Amino acid sequence: MTSPTDARGAVASSVASASAEETARIVSTLIRVTGDWALAEDCVQDAFARALVDWPVHGIPSKPGAWLTTVAKNGAIDRLRRSATERAALRQLAIVAELEQLGRDGQERSELGDGPLGDDRLRLIFTCCHPALPMEARVALTLRTVAGLTTEEIARAFLVSESTMAKRLVRARAKIRDAGIPYRVPPPRLLPGRTAGVLAVLYLLFNEGYSATGDQLVREPLAREAIRLTRLLVGLLGESPHTSEALGLLALMLFQHARTAARVDSAGDVVTLEEQDRSLWDAGAIAEGVALLRTADRRCLERHERPGRYHLQAAIAGCHLMAREAGSTDFARVAVLYEALALIAPSPVVELNRAVAVAMSQGAEAGLALVDALDRAGSLDGYYLLPATRADLLRRLGRTTEAARDYRRARDLAPSEAERRYLSRRLAEGRGSAAERSFPDGQ
Amino acid sequence: MEYLLFICSDPAAPTYVPEEDNIQEWVAEMEGRGVTRAGDRLRPVADATTVTVRDGELIVSDGPFAETKEWIAGFDLIDCSDLDEAIEIASKHPMARFGKIEIRPIWPFDTE
Repeated sequence: MTSPTDARGAVASSVASASAEETARIVSTLIRVTGDWALAEDCVQDAFARALVDWPVHGIPSKPGAWLTTVAKNGAIDRLRRSATERAALRQLAIVAELEQLGRDGQERSELGDGPLGDDRLRLIFTCCHPALPMEARVALTLRTVAGLTTEEIARAFLVSESTMAKRLVRARAKIRDAGIPYRVPPPRLLPGRTAGVLAVLYLLFNEGYSATGDQLVREPLAREAIRLTRLLVGLLGESPHTSEALGLLALMLFQHARTAARVDSAGDVVTLEEQDRSLWDAGAIAEGVALLRTADRRCLERHERPGRYHLQAAIAGCHLMAREAGSTDFARVAVLYEALALIAPSPVVELNRAVAVAMSQGAEAGLALVDALDRAGSLDGYYLLPATRADLLRRLGRTTEAARDYRRARDLAPSEAERRYLSRRLAEGRGSAAERSFPDGQ
Repeated sequence: MEYLLFICSDPAAPTYVPEEDNIQEWVAEMEGRGVTRAGDRLRPVADATTVTVRDGELIVSDGPFAETKEWIAGFDLIDCSDLDEAIEIASKHPMARFGKIEIRPIWPFDTE
């Protein structure tokens, strides 16, 4: 026997899973046909609201996606008919006629579909991530229309008021319409740059969720959403030339996400990569990431492509995660990968990480020389991980007085309470230990 | 859609190299494509005049209204399919290399 509570629970979970799977598909199709973003989003949201009322009474339909599409489509037709002014009537009629055709073939994929790049959802992703939109608008719009989060949920995740977020979305949609941002997948010659732009938005979204320590519970869903959207993008890109980098990004996210449970201890303190309890890592996510990485490697070899920045970062994370214990990490390979990364995405932080890998594979002396060169260059002034790394290397070389000075320098610069506690602990220990702090977690 | 391209100077841009200025090529291509409606250079800001009327009183001042190191050196009114095409047209203009170009959509009076 099913109690009413169970039934409501079953409906709620069906609606939630339909929402995750179907929102982008239905919204993107309605936008293509009507050209009206707000109308499309509202009708899809109304359809989900209707499902919560209707399904407990009439049962969950056998094809929830088709049910939701029909309800959203009918809602759009109603609204258009009601709002049609005389001047716009002809165009509205044409839109209504096209809407009525939707789903006639039992499938609501794009009628214009030509291969994987013809999917409406891909148009939606590329349009949301158009470089003419401000970055924060790209992120918000992607969460609202592609992921189907409510404005309130997005506002909560970015710690702004709901009205601020609503305004941001309104402005973004208005710019798409008024500046003439096309609703389409960019032509091949623009595709490399624009795909890189989409990946950057997804990675930013992921990091918003991943790096937050204070509001982990609020933001963790962002990381999961970013993974889901990247997975969707990988599927939609199919055999296009930029799939390897998308695969690399997905692997990188899975690798970082796999360590979530081990990153902070029960006291809320940061646990470094080397000291994490590896049994807390998500072995399934790591295995999937490794498989994706192998596919990306193979594609690059076959197509004579150089691996991109996310692909390389994933390979580095993979070296750490595939080691049974911190000590057996292939640091020589990590150093080579950082060198390759520095060539395509030069940054002092990458150089610092390379220095650590060199220290681990060739000895602290060699690493210290690289760190000192960075220190002299001054580009990392004020960045606490530079003195923290230098202190660790000095400690291993037995130069404890100098080490203590750098630990203090690092502690004064550290951005969070947890990091300051960690560095104070190191300073108090004032002795060498087998567990070396090396890589800042998450590279 | 119609867009106005503001062709702007940019002190941070590379030095202007007359031999690399292929504006004639750009004009020929865009006229061939039928996307240009109007366009010209503008005299330097020293030749600018600013007009204001306050409480019925006309105030005429010399020079531009904003004191900046970047100024509008020319304009082009284009008519093309969407923002991506406008970006492509602007990116081929030599001043995209020696200065910068701001793309502004025309806002006709009969629309919201």
